[in-house]
Amino acid sequence: MGKVSVRFFARYAELAGCTWSAVNVATPATVADVIARVREVFPGTQAPPPRPLAALNQRQVRLDAAVSDGDEVALLPPLAGG
Amino acid sequence: MTYLLHSAISVESLLAEVQGPERGGTCVFLGTVRSDDDVTAIEYSAYDDMALAEITRMLDEAQVRWPDARVTLRHRLGLIPVGEASIAIAAAAPHRDEAFAACRYVIEEVKKRLPIWKKELRGDGSAKWVEVHDH
Repeated sequence: MGKVSVRFFARYAELAGCTWSAVNVATPATVADVIARVREVFPGTQAPPPRPLAALNQRQVRLDAAVSDGDEVALLPPLAGG
Repeated sequence: MTYLLHSAISVESLLAEVQGPERGGTCVFLGTVRSDDDVTAIEYSAYDDMALAEITRMLDEAQVRWPDARVTLRHRLGLIPVGEASIAIAAAAPHRDEAFAACRYVIEEVKKRLPIWKKELRGDGSAKWVEVHDH
């Protein structure tokens, strides 16, 4: 079992009603597993899409990337920098 | 290095970072807030830690591709009125080709990779998140 921080930004934070949460997941787990768990535990977080852009420890990753205890997962709305 | 600002960007300070006697070509890109569709300002927000990490990585990549060039940038966050710059990139190199190429590389990578978001504020009081890559 591992504890993973989950961060929401911009429109996803508005939809979720929070900017941060944390979940426990059975390891080995992927980013997709973390997102699925968050959506179960925190009803407000069901509003962002189930397969969003995601970052793991501040790098954009695919949803099948492996997560470990203490990692930080971020759900990223479509990027709009510049 | 503070690449993210909450105040107006100083192009002069960027130029001071990249220019030098051996670099004869300097290219500056400014992205400014447009007045499309009655937009009066844009509110920018970021995943700050990741944005700083990504900026460092993309500037390092530019340094590897164009070893004789110097490139830097600033991205402004918070409320930015129409006509003011949200991003500035300065690239200086011995010759113009490398300066243009390095500057272009960094702005294209910013568009693809930087975890920054913008909410358009309009004259009628409405607001809308920008989520399409048409900018």
